[in-house]
Amino acid sequence: MAETGSLRVEVVSPERVLFSGEATQVITRTLDGGEIAFLPGHISFLGALVENHTRIYLTGGAVQDLAVHGGFVEVAPDHVTILSDSAELAADIDIARARAAKQRAEEAMRGEHDATVESALRRAHARLAASGGVNEILGAKH
Amino acid sequence: MAGGQERILRGRIRSVQATKKITRAMELIAASRIVKAQQRVIAAVPYSERITEVVKDLAASGAGNDSPFLKSRDEIRTTCYVSITADRGLCGGYNSGVMRAVEGEIKADVLASKDYLVVPIGRKSEGYFRFRGYKMGQGFSGFSDTPAYADAKRIGEYVVDLYTSGKVDRVELVYTRFISAGSQEVVRRPLVPLERDVVAGGDGKPEGGGGGYEFEPDPSVILETLLPRYVEARVYAALLNAAASEHAFRQRAMKSATDNAEEIIKNLSRIMNRARQDSITTEIMEIVGGAEALGSGKSA
Repeated sequence: MAETGSLRVEVVSPERVLFSGEATQVITRTLDGGEIAFLPGHISFLGALVENHTRIYLTGGAVQDLAVHGGFVEVAPDHVTILSDSAELAADIDIARARAAKQRAEEAMRGEHDATVESALRRAHARLAASGGVNEILGAKH
Repeated sequence: MAGGQERILRGRIRSVQATKKITRAMELIAASRIVKAQQRVIAAVPYSERITEVVKDLAASGAGNDSPFLKSRDEIRTTCYVSITADRGLCGGYNSGVMRAVEGEIKADVLASKDYLVVPIGRKSEGYFRFRGYKMGQGFSGFSDTPAYADAKRIGEYVVDLYTSGKVDRVELVYTRFISAGSQEVVRRPLVPLERDVVAGGDGKPEGGGGGYEFEPDPSVILETLLPRYVEARVYAALLNAAASEHAFRQRAMKSATDNAEEIIKNLSRIMNRARQDSITTEIMEIVGGAEALGSGKSA
């Protein structure tokens, strides 16, 4: 059932269950592991996540984008659970605010690098990526 | 003279009626908030369940056998009590229940010549322990009605820091657990270090899966980032329970205040009616007496 079936995906934040549904693939990014994709039948896996743009490929063919700001992922052959202090569905992201936050963080970075600013920038990137502004980030990086 | 007494009584009835309106309104507000607070308690369950499972599985895989979070210290010198109460009063024995429990623990510690530290959550705790001169850490308040996860995070980070820096050897939560709208109880729960039986029971194997987990990065690194989150989730659950209990206590306190006001109004009205009746009777007697005196004067 696991090899050909689908994954039961849940994104859980402390305040509520953000998302729950059936999917065929989940892509997220782990702490110093880079991007990782999970397909049905994946070996049991436990990872710590960084701020990232997570994509859930639903069984219906649609893609659910999320900005996940750190947390954990627990994977079994038939389910994926993402635990995160703060995660946002793409639809809930305020693009203008994320863009402003990105700009602020970038300006602060020109002065000095500190961990809070860096994580603020990573959060802004994750939000923009999840809400479809991927080009903007690529443009900024080069 | 009798009319004066009647007027005073009428004034008192009016004032009690005004108070009753306020307590009734507070009762209704508290009742509607219980439902919301209860939903928040329920909504927080999946996260804390999952995170507990992950902690168990990690611990079972052998990671963190030497994590300071999982090992109780050989000698407990200082215990930290996180006292979770409300920011406001008017909620019956809610605040005093928690504070009495904390005070009892402190006294027992002092008798055993051990040290303690109180971390007061909510303005009531802060005032109480400061006034009595207990040793206090940082206080947190302003969110007892509707605690957010960010509040729990602040508290969690603070107590974890107290623990890891060696200022305290144990942290315990004292709060009011919400069982149902009709019953709540003050409980004391160890927070850090985590109890053995909290982390035991995991087999390191996911349900239905074959072998153990694959980890990325390695298990001890995950555990290190995970345990503070776990502590925060526990604090958050305690805060939500406390908030729901606060509303339940307030609703009960305000209900009995309203009932009491009704009783007072009933008694006062009875006294006032009698006073009015008395004064009317006296007036009639005076009129009759006067008329009689006049009549008898004429006929004579």
